[in-house]
Amino acid sequence: MDTLILSRIQFGANISFHILFPTITIALGWVLLFFKLRFQATGDGKWMEAYRFWVKVFALSFAMGVVSGITMSFQFGTNWPGFMEHVGNIAGPLLAYEVMTAFFLEAVFLGIMLFGVSRVPPWLHTLATFLVAFGTTMSAFWILVLNSWMHTPQGYEIRDGVAYATNWLEIIFNPSLPYRFSHTLLASGLTVAFLLAGLSAFRWLRGDRSDGVRAAMRTGVTLGALLIPVQIFVGDMHGLNTLEHQPAKVAAMEGHWDGDKSPVPLVLFALPNAETRENDFEIAIPYLGSLILTHSLDGKIPGLNDFVTEDGEVLHPPVAKVFWSFRVMVATGMAMLVMSWAAMWFMRRGRGIEGLPKPMLYGFVAMGFSGWIATLAGWYTTEIGRQPWLVDGVLRTADAVADVPAGMVLGTLLAYLAVYAALIFCYISVLTYLAAKAAKGEPTRIFDTPRSGEAEVRAITPAE
Amino acid sequence: MGAIFSDPAQWLPLTFAALMGLSILIYVVLDGFDLGVGVLFPFAEDAEKDRMVASIGPFWDANETWLVLAIGILLVAFPAAHGAILTALYLPVAIMLIGLILRGVSFEFRAKAPAAQKRAWNNAFFIGSMMTSLSQGFMLGLYIMGLQWTVWTVGFATLTAVFLTVAYSFIGATWLVLKTEGALQLKAVEWSKGGIWGLVLGLGAVSLASPLVSPRIFDKWFSFPEIVLLAPLPLMFCLLIGLLFVGLKRLPTADDSFAWLPFAATIVLFILAFFGLAYSFYPYVVPEQLTIYEAASAPESLLIILVGTVFVLPAILGYTVLSYVIFRGKARALSYD
Repeated sequence: MDTLILSRIQFGANISFHILFPTITIALGWVLLFFKLRFQATGDGKWMEAYRFWVKVFALSFAMGVVSGITMSFQFGTNWPGFMEHVGNIAGPLLAYEVMTAFFLEAVFLGIMLFGVSRVPPWLHTLATFLVAFGTTMSAFWILVLNSWMHTPQGYEIRDGVAYATNWLEIIFNPSLPYRFSHTLLASGLTVAFLLAGLSAFRWLRGDRSDGVRAAMRTGVTLGALLIPVQIFVGDMHGLNTLEHQPAKVAAMEGHWDGDKSPVPLVLFALPNAETRENDFEIAIPYLGSLILTHSLDGKIPGLNDFVTEDGEVLHPPVAKVFWSFRVMVATGMAMLVMSWAAMWFMRRGRGIEGLPKPMLYGFVAMGFSGWIATLAGWYTTEIGRQPWLVDGVLRTADAVADVPAGMVLGTLLAYLAVYAALIFCYISVLTYLAAKAAKGEPTRIFDTPRSGEAEVRAITPAE
Repeated sequence: MGAIFSDPAQWLPLTFAALMGLSILIYVVLDGFDLGVGVLFPFAEDAEKDRMVASIGPFWDANETWLVLAIGILLVAFPAAHGAILTALYLPVAIMLIGLILRGVSFEFRAKAPAAQKRAWNNAFFIGSMMTSLSQGFMLGLYIMGLQWTVWTVGFATLTAVFLTVAYSFIGATWLVLKTEGALQLKAVEWSKGGIWGLVLGLGAVSLASPLVSPRIFDKWFSFPEIVLLAPLPLMFCLLIGLLFVGLKRLPTADDSFAWLPFAATIVLFILAFFGLAYSFYPYVVPEQLTIYEAASAPESLLIILVGTVFVLPAILGYTVLSYVIFRGKARALSYD
């Protein structure tokens, strides 16, 4: 394997690991603010109980996100120097604004949010919670501005192979940003919804009947049930936007080779074959592809064969990977739809979480991290779908890679993989451990050691 | 001076070099003390470890962010240098990143994982802190040596790796003198007394090596009138070391007055050392190869960032100070309640 493919695997591994945690913290920050505000409005302790448990999940996820995010910022330089050299004039300011408007905000107020409850007035603690949630969302915004620009670049000109900004508003509000940003935020909301439901179901099954569990379960199920139809709608719009700007990606998602074909069927299942340039086997619904993508019964869409130059150079993404990851994402979304709506129905009939049949509770435990699967699959669809371009039509991935020995990339890749695998294992087991501990009703304090000096003070204070 | 400011291609790179320098300096001071606390971990009892983490718990994340800002400015303002520096430092960067990952997650895991695993996470915290400090010191050394990999430069970089780690543990120890009390404070004073020698040796080694490696740096320091103008730098350095010696001997005081002194003096030391280095390397961003003017990005992109920086940086500094004020005083046990 050469440096290019190893660097791609390394970057893919790093970003796959990284994305898991912002996906949780973006929405969980707002959920925490919701818990806090509900507590302030109702005075009901269950909201604070839920806050205390979930703020730990937040803190853990946040730390995981921070440390893996730092890795990303260095990898631009160590593995992809061509990226900054060619489009640094555009990527640079966007990344700088992310650090300045989001990173510091999150990092400073996280300290106050986690450890400041007894040191600051309640309003300041609520404000800190808000600023952390706001900061994570801002951070997502800037990253998605840059990422969207890499998919649908505009507002720039190329001089001597280097991109220069001509219109910052066009760069920031590029055509795919609105869809990508809302799709990602909703994905975060769904990930957190199922994590809330999954861990709460786990605690419930362990016999935890506390009000905090009920509150979190209800919040999770309701959030999931509300967001999933919106997500399907936004995802569809996102697809149409991609068809307009990156038709090769959509062709790969659909397993659609022949652009002259009309009407276009909707391929449900197929085995795309890059050698023969057709699907070896497919199950498809006639007309439906045309209907969904062009809103007419015989509309044509560009096929993969349209993206091969006369010299035989392939300018479309690897088909099978995009095709399959897209299907994994959609299937996970469908499972979320069924689960959350069925749960809503049961919860309305019965009394909250008691109304849920036991298999359904196990189902929620099993789906606790389903948001991760959907997010990763969606991420692969869109990112692999951009290949062979790093910046669509502007810079190829192969032209940005660093000239470092393959062995060095392989060595560090293996080290990262080992660390990541161990950390994911630890992360999931600690969440489970925290949930099990909470189910046993153990105190939520994280440090039980007395203040140093306190013991001595107590010893010398005469008994009253 | 006026001529510089009429030409954006002159003053913008200079401004961004200054901003990057400021960011690195703040990073070295702030993350320096919390990395140092991690390096000192094996010397403390279990209960003391909790207290040590409590003293840095609310800050470490924001401290680390200054590194992201520094590297961000490097890649934003000097894209050509960014690639050259980071590909030359590929391996130490990877080691540092894994170190940062290990120690960053250890903060959370050591407090949340089952008690039986706490020892393992304490070790991970120490190892991660060591990996980070050592690799940063190694990078500093290699940078001073012009980013060349030879037996001699790697040897020197190994030496700076050890010295920077000592320097971090020293500022970490002085931080603990400020933030703790009782037996742990007494220990921290002892650690500081030990670390001061490492600091003197380290700063001395770097000060001697830089001019020896580069005739250009030699000329910048040892020609007239520079040598006279620069004389206050080493003088202040000696003065501060003396102050630290005397101060540490008398600490801790009965009413805990002057507990802040070693930490404050160490910050000034770090600042002096930093200015010495910055003076030596200006105007180069890649030593002896690429100046900040050659490596700078397009002025229009730099202006876009500068406009934001003017508003955002004071706000960042403001709420950073706020957080240190909120968590002032002796470290208390960390609790979410």
